Amino acid sequence: MTAPAIVASVDRTRLPASRPRGDRWGPLVEGYFRAHAWIVYLFLYLPIFVVILFAFNSATVATADWEGFSFRWFGIALDDDVVQTTLANSFIIAIPNAILATAFGTMAALGLQRVGKRVRGAFDVLTYMSVIVPEIVIALATLVMFATSFDTLNKWFGIKLSLGYPTVIAAHVLFNLSLVLLLVRARLSGMDRTFVEASADLFATPWRTFVQITFPQLLPAIVAGFLLSFTFSFDDYVITTFVSGPGSSTLPLFIFGQVKRGVTPETNAVATMMLAVTMALLLVGQLVLTWQSRRAGRRSAVTMVEIVTER
Amino acid sequence: MATVAPGQTAQSRPKRRRGPGLLTAILVLPAALWYALLLVAPLVIVFIFSFGIRAKNGGYAPAFVLDNYARAVQKSEPFILSLEMAIFGTIGCLLVALPLAYFIATRARRRKGLLILLLVIPFWTSFLIRTYAWLLILGPDLGLAGLLQGLTGADKIQILGTPIAVMIGLIYGYLPLMIFPLYVTLERMDRTLVEASKDLGAGRWATFRQVTLPVALPGLVTGSILVFIPMMGEYVIPQILGYGRTYLMGNALVTDFLEARNWPQGSARAVFLIVVMIVTIAGYVWFVNRGRTTRDVSVL
Repeated sequence: MTAPAIVASVDRTRLPASRPRGDRWGPLVEGYFRAHAWIVYLFLYLPIFVVILFAFNSATVATADWEGFSFRWFGIALDDDVVQTTLANSFIIAIPNAILATAFGTMAALGLQRVGKRVRGAFDVLTYMSVIVPEIVIALATLVMFATSFDTLNKWFGIKLSLGYPTVIAAHVLFNLSLVLLLVRARLSGMDRTFVEASADLFATPWRTFVQITFPQLLPAIVAGFLLSFTFSFDDYVITTFVSGPGSSTLPLFIFGQVKRGVTPETNAVATMMLAVTMALLLVGQLVLTWQSRRAGRRSAVTMVEIVTER
Repeated sequence: MATVAPGQTAQSRPKRRRGPGLLTAILVLPAALWYALLLVAPLVIVFIFSFGIRAKNGGYAPAFVLDNYARAVQKSEPFILSLEMAIFGTIGCLLVALPLAYFIATRARRRKGLLILLLVIPFWTSFLIRTYAWLLILGPDLGLAGLLQGLTGADKIQILGTPIAVMIGLIYGYLPLMIFPLYVTLERMDRTLVEASKDLGAGRWATFRQVTLPVALPGLVTGSILVFIPMMGEYVIPQILGYGRTYLMGNALVTDFLEARNWPQGSARAVFLIVVMIVTIAGYVWFVNRGRTTRDVSVL
């Protein structure tokens, strides 16, 4: 603000006539931006509020008017056998998926620093491909591959391979692997190499340098990658619906089935609990990052938001 | 100091770079395996299957025919509808996102963080839940359709099950993917450029067109691509908000593969979709970059 003021004090007399007119419209334009922002935020949050609100409705039909505040649909949802099974399945799939994707993604990001241009280029192409090819195409292609290869293997060896937890986890890991890889690589490229060099100069072994220097600096990206992977898997419908077997159906699949038959207050209660889980994770992630950055003695904490929008 | 440091790094660098090859291989192997088995292999299988014929009980029987592609091109209504929806959806997202991204980028630091956090929260929550919520909002009982019926006195206003409902769902679902890259480019923009433009007598519109827009272009392209791709293959939104009546490419693929069990037909459609997408995106990036000396717009 100060620099233009100096210019203005010199040139004010010679300013073109259009300037004051622009200023006259200024408050109006600013007002428009403000109103636009409010409406967009309302648009973004309205659906979430509606679902949460109607989870607490005591009415027996979801589309009925507000009949009073009640927790009873949460009780009903938690007593529901199908909800219990699918919820358990969601965790059985999301946790191993997040662990594998984070480990493999981080390892690959570290490994790719040490390989030649060609290997790195091949990885870039593959990562792009997992982004450019629509999710539904990969899901169906994966299903066809599993079905064909299981048929063949079962015929040859007389075994009974079928769709289940492993197939869902394997398919989820593919997507999350790319995500973790991108996050950790972004962090690596922004890292201050002098610390690593200083550590080597001070006769630290490569392993010790990794544990004491590289890993703490990568931790925010790794934590974010883990939580994003968990949430992706926990919320995913498209891939899961095609590569899951009869016993490995997850909570989103249950919700989709309910939605097709007609939303009930129970649907909203289940959805609200799912929202609570993912929100809690976002919070945990933020707490871990704050704690880590305080321990590392950095001035400003890295936020989950910064990590996610960094891409 | 200056003479010691380069010597030291020169000594330690090659040792690090060469590294034990085994360790590098172990680090990269799991990811490479995953890409090979769960990305490359399925796509190769789909490519091979696209030239086959449907087996008697459904599935794939080996052959080499081009019929599947001929049919995919002849019966391209779902593809054309998807393309229309994705193009209008992308434009819609852009119109909503650009003023918002500009608004956030010009706020004070603290305020910016809060506004971005408020964008990340809905994006972080389940896509499925946020989509089905529109059933309640647009529905005839308590929602918009009911409200419009009451206001206009019309007998029946139907929003759900129409392309309009699908369009609302598409824009709503993918809006954050447009806002984030736009915000990042606008946030990094040198504010003095705008001041300079105004000092040189440019009006608000001229400044926007000649300064802000070119600066925001990389973000605009990235955002458009990030939004366009999932919209082309969208399956959940037309199923839920379109009642399956707005028949998009995703729905056609699912019908081919799972209901008709005509894997070669579905495969040909999938290959066709992938090729058209790659060509469209490459063409778009080329179009935006033409006449620019530096290629500062890439796919991601």
